[in-house]
Formats: sequence, structure tokens, C-alpha cells
Amino acid sequence: MRQNTTARWLAAAALAAGLAALAPGLAQAQAKGAPAAAGAKEQFFPLLVYRTGPYAPNGVPFANGMADYYKMLNARDGGIGGVRLTMEECETGYATDRGVECYERLKGKGPTGATAVHPLSTGITFALTDKVPNDKIPLITAGYGRSESANGEVFKWNFILGGSYWVAADILVQHVGSIEGGVDRLKGKKIALVYHDSPFGKEPIALLQERAKMHGYQLILIPVTHPGVEQKAAWLQVRRDRPDYVFLWGWGVMNSTAVKEAIATGYPREKMYGVWWSGAEPDIVPAGDGGKGYNALTFMAPAGTSRVHQDIFRNLHDKGQGSGPRDEVGQVLYNRGLTAAAVTAEAVRVSQERYGKRPLTGEEVRWGFENLNIDAARIKQLGFEGLMQPISTSCRDHMGGNSAQIHSWDGKKWVVAPKVYQADMQILKPMQDAYAARYAAEKKIQPRDCAKEASN
Amino acid sequence: MLYRENGQFKTRYGDDQQIFPILQDRWLVMALIAFAFIGVPMLASEYMFRAILIPFVILSLAALGLNLLVGYCGQISLGSGAFMAVGAYIAYNAYTRVPGMPVVGAFLIGGGAALLVGIVFGIPSLRIRGLYLAVATLAAQFFCDWVFARVAWFTNYSASGSVSVPTLTVAGVSLDTPQSKYLFCLTIVTVMALAAKNIVRGHVGRSWMAIRDMDVAATVIGIRPVTAKLSAFAVSSFVIGVAGAMWAFVHLGSWEPLAFDVNRSLNLLFMIIIGGMGSIMGSFFGAAFIVVLPILLNQVPAWLGVPISTAMASHLEFMIFGALIVFFLIVEPHGLARLWSIGKEKLRLWPFPH
Repeated sequence: MRQNTTARWLAAAALAAGLAALAPGLAQAQAKGAPAAAGAKEQFFPLLVYRTGPYAPNGVPFANGMADYYKMLNARDGGIGGVRLTMEECETGYATDRGVECYERLKGKGPTGATAVHPLSTGITFALTDKVPNDKIPLITAGYGRSESANGEVFKWNFILGGSYWVAADILVQHVGSIEGGVDRLKGKKIALVYHDSPFGKEPIALLQERAKMHGYQLILIPVTHPGVEQKAAWLQVRRDRPDYVFLWGWGVMNSTAVKEAIATGYPREKMYGVWWSGAEPDIVPAGDGGKGYNALTFMAPAGTSRVHQDIFRNLHDKGQGSGPRDEVGQVLYNRGLTAAAVTAEAVRVSQERYGKRPLTGEEVRWGFENLNIDAARIKQLGFEGLMQPISTSCRDHMGGNSAQIHSWDGKKWVVAPKVYQADMQILKPMQDAYAARYAAEKKIQPRDCAKEASN
Repeated sequence: MLYRENGQFKTRYGDDQQIFPILQDRWLVMALIAFAFIGVPMLASEYMFRAILIPFVILSLAALGLNLLVGYCGQISLGSGAFMAVGAYIAYNAYTRVPGMPVVGAFLIGGGAALLVGIVFGIPSLRIRGLYLAVATLAAQFFCDWVFARVAWFTNYSASGSVSVPTLTVAGVSLDTPQSKYLFCLTIVTVMALAAKNIVRGHVGRSWMAIRDMDVAATVIGIRPVTAKLSAFAVSSFVIGVAGAMWAFVHLGSWEPLAFDVNRSLNLLFMIIIGGMGSIMGSFFGAAFIVVLPILLNQVPAWLGVPISTAMASHLEFMIFGALIVFFLIVEPHGLARLWSIGKEKLRLWPFPH
């Protein structure tokens, strides 16, 4: 007992240190609770990122792209309309509970609170969808999240800008249909969906089933458990069933593992189609030469550089202020982070035109998101030529765009096929409305009347 | 000096058998509970409630439930995440499918379902023990993961497999503020912790401890292992099930099976190992350690004004957290609760230790 005394004192000291660490936290949390003085002319952007864990290979370039765009705006234009942009990162590790904690930590910072949240995870999106209406913060899920949240009447605070997983699935079916010579030729074909077994991976199933009913192809569902490093069983099933096409709905290490398994199984990469989150450099480079021929969707930002990248090089990387390595600039996911930040900044700009050039609250920025109109001319002005599809939102339509392209890996780089596909909204719209109505009934939400709001 | 029991004469058996026989302890605990109910809601910010206090309170209850099984009855279980999931999903189904179902009623139904599942998966404990039992309870974990991910009925045919509940109303009060959520959780936890304390002090708890310490000897003195082990599984699973329902309904609001995966089970097991096995208090210490410490560690660099990258802060969090676990286990294998009681013993002799 006695010889342990020193150790015990150490333990006690460690406990005390822990308590001491808690104290400033309380104090700080207190300070946060009070509305900060509106003195600083700053607009605050929370950045929910993951730079560690199995999803980091994909999370890092996206996070760097987002941060770089805001930093570049500060350096080049002095912010937006004279309001400087501030930001803070918080590591979620792609875990829902930590994501919620990060959201709570950052939502009240800055003179007017968080501008908008990009959760960068469908699981976190589901959790935050319930919370943002109370906090009045727009939830931006550019190309992920709940597909039915394209319905702005029910999902007032969600913006699934640029496309949903239903759009992605629809376009993939259209594409394989066009290879076969028409979607009606898909009858009797087998399409396997290898998906991340989470809300993210399950999202496209509803649409693929709907399309299967219309065209008569057989849909084989092959789930892969998180984090997706173990896929032997999944690919054994692929080998047994010999599907005509494999759609891959993965993220993080699951993608590179899937491509490697496809090589091991001998499944032709030319018949594999990834969602836009399964088509970046970290997914395919680890597979080496075997990845050649693999296809994936790209909806907003293919790889490549445009004028905006020159601004980033000039204002950040040349001064050593870039968020990541220089050669990452122009990669698929970096560009996607860039465009996600650009639409957010654009929404702030649109809102400033209405509310004045001052720090705006999340509620004010929401108006901007709902009245976005980024056409081809505006894309060129922003310096995103060739990197972005036009987006135009309204009270009813919180998606604003439903087009995407296919790109393929030629062994060294992504080659974008010229054809731009549009999702068939005749199929999607009734599904969105039905699912949104179900959500509204479950949550007892009274949908907004957009016709009435427009007349005001 | 302050912490002495001199002059506190016990004239009835009841006095001697109360939960806190020492007056100072009684006052301290009363003050603590009063502070938790009155002081904390006035002081804490929204972030403290939503990100720290509510998860802490709910996971304390889950840890307490597991402690009843592992700490008091000696049956190692790796299936607590599964029992939480059963509680959450059955409560969800009861709440959404039965019109007019009160929240507490749904929680009790969820807890009841977890109780039944717990008994079923507790049956192997009659034949196997120790690590083998731990592996057997792991089956519960994987089975429940599979059921809730694959059987669409449980998720009310939700396309994404994620379910969510509307804003809760308890006894006419809408739980839409963090304070009300916190107080609701705290009430349930206080009631259940008190009940658990009384169970482990009574003959049921004694039979569990007898089984834990030596099951052959316990059988010889007339304790039926079947009843003792299965009742431990039942009570423990019920508590864990209610905690699971609270975690889903109050903290998450919308969830997927991943919220209750095997990591959750391991987390709960770590909580009671670090907090102290066979101690109600230890469950709370352990939950605080596992839930709160990583979040604090993650923010310490920012408070100190040290400019390090997000990834670095996250790596540091893992390293320091891991080191602290090892440190505390070496210093006190019986957990933080043991440190607490050593502290109290020392305090009784202070300032003149002999």
C-alpha cells in the first residue's frame, strides 16, 4: 500500500489537471452562450472535417479545398463584400456522435454564428437535419445526404445542391442503358450494387428498385460493412452472380479496396461504375495499373485546373499558405471542396445583396441558398469554367441541378466523357415528394406553401 | 477533521443499513444531486448540455447496467451495444406504431424487450464462463447488428435504414430545449441508479456477488445459479435497454445501426473497467472518463492557443487518452471508484494519519 503512495498522488494530480482543463472549457462555453458583440465584421464558417481514420484519404483533399477557397477570398478580395471570412475546423472522424459534438461546438462562434454547415457525411446529415431548424443554420449537402431533401417545402433548411444519390443512380442506369442501346434493353440484365452499409450506401436502393421495376433488370444488393477494408465475401458474390454491371457506392478506404478486389476477382473494371464519391485519385491510385478502365460519376468538379486555381496558387501556395500540398490542387476531391465552398460563398453574396454588406446570420444566408442562380456566365466569372454545372434553386427545389458526367481512369488521370446526363425528374420528383411527405408526417412538420411565400 | 463519524450514534438497524451511513456522505450526495438538478441547468451552456452532459448522463446509465452484470455478477458481456440497440429500436417501434404511446411507456417497452433478449443471450452463461462467455455474448452483438440493418420492419421500412423520432413530449412538457432533455435524462438516471443501488444491497445483489466470487460455494449455500445469473442478465439488459432508448430518442434523434455497433459495447466495458467494477459510483466515473475526456483533450490545444493542425490535435487526443488509460490501470487496477474510496479513508484520518 505504502509504496504506492507516490503513484496515487500522481493519479490525484492527473485528476486535478483534468478538472483544471474542464474549468476554462466551462468558462469558454459560457462566453459562447452569450451573443457576441456585433463589432467584428466577420462571417464565420464551421468546417467539419476528417483528417484521421479510414475516410481520411478522401476527407483531407476535400477539407483543404474548402479551406483554401475561403482563404483565397480573404487574400484576393478581402472576404465577401468587405466582410472577412473566419473559419474553424473540427475533426469528426466521419463518426456521427463526434460530428454532432463538432456542430454544437462551432454553431455559435463568430459574431453571427455559423453561416452554413457542410457535414460531409450522410450519417451526420441525418442527425443534423433534426437540429438545424431550431438553430436556424442552413445544412448544405452538396451531392450527398437525404435525397428527398431536394423538396424545399418540407426541408426548409437542407440544401442538397447539385444532385442527390437518386440523381446519381438514375444517371448510372441511363448510362449503362445507353451502352446496351436503350434502357429497355436492360431487361434480364444483372446490376449489382456494392454499397457501404450505412444510410449513405442505402440511399440509391430505392431508386434502383424503382428503375428495376420499369426496365426489368435484376438488382443484386451486396452490402459492405464499415469501414470497408474487408470485402472478400462481397466480391465472392460478384464472382458467383456475374453481374453485367457493378455500381460502387463507397467512400474512403472502401473504394480502393473494392477496386483491388475487383482486380483479384477478375471482374472487368470497365463494367464498374462508382458514384461521384467513388471516383477520385485516392480511390484508384493504390490499385496501380489494374485500375485502368474504371468509371465513376462526376457531378460538379472533375479533376483539372481553371482560373480559380491560378488565384489559389498566386494568393496562397506561392506565399506558403496553402492548406495542403501543392500538387493536390486540381484533384477531384480538392476541386469538389472548392466548389462546395464557392456555392456557399455565392449564397452569402446573394444574401448580402438583400440584407446589406455585413455579417449575416444563418437565417439570412438561407435566403441566399434558396435564391441561387449560378449560370454558365457566372461560373466563368467565378473562374470555375469546366468545373461546375449550373445551379439554380428555388423555394420548392433545393437541389438546383441534376446533371452529371462519367469519367474514366486511363491509368494516369481521369478522362471526362463529353456527354452530360440529366436525371429523369419524372421519376425522381414523385419519389422525392412521397418520401418528403412521409418525413413530414413522421416529424409532424407542416410543409411551407411556396406559392404564398413567392407573393410576399 | 471534517469527515468523521464521531458522535453519530446508530440506534436502529435502519440507521446502520442506509445507503450512506455517514452523515457527511449523505449531505455530500444530496448536495451533488441538488446541484445536478438545480445548479447545472442554470450554469451550463447549450454546448455543455448537448455535447457533454446529456451523453455523459445517458452513457452513465448504460455503464451502470453493464456494471450490474459484469461488476456484480461476474458475467463478462460484449453484447451491451446490442441490448442498447434492442431498447432503441423496440422503443421506436412502440412509439411510432402505437398511437398515443407516452415516451416513458415506449422506453419501458424498449427496456422490457432488451430484458427478454438479454435473458436469451444469457442462457449460455449457465454452461460457460469467463472469456468464453464474452465471446458468446458477442453473438448477440452481431445478431442484433444484422437484424436491425436487414429486417426492414424494425426501421419502419425506411429506405436508408436510418430512423428518427419527432420532438418528444413528457407529461405535457415538450423536450425541445437542452435543459429539459437533460433534466429528463437525469431524472430517469437518478431513479434507476437508486433502484440499482438497492437491488445490489438486497438479497438479489448478494446472490450475484456470491456467484461472482465463487459459484460452487454459492451453490452450496443455497443460491440457485440459474436464477442469479439470469436475473443479473435481465436487470442489466433492462437498464441498458432503457439507456439505449434514451441515447436514440433524446441524444441522437435519428440513428442507424452503426450507432450501436461493437465499438459501443467495448466502450461501455472500458467505462466500467476504468471507473471501477462492482461500484455504482464507478459507472459514473468511467462514463465521465470515456465520454468527456476525449472531447476535452481535443479542445485543449485551442484553449491554450497552441496553433496545431486539426489532424495533429486528433492524433494527440488518441495518444494522451490511451496513455491515461494505461496510467490509471497501472496505478489503480480497481478503477477510479477505488481511488475515490481510498481518498475517503485518508480523509477520515486527516490531518493526523497514523
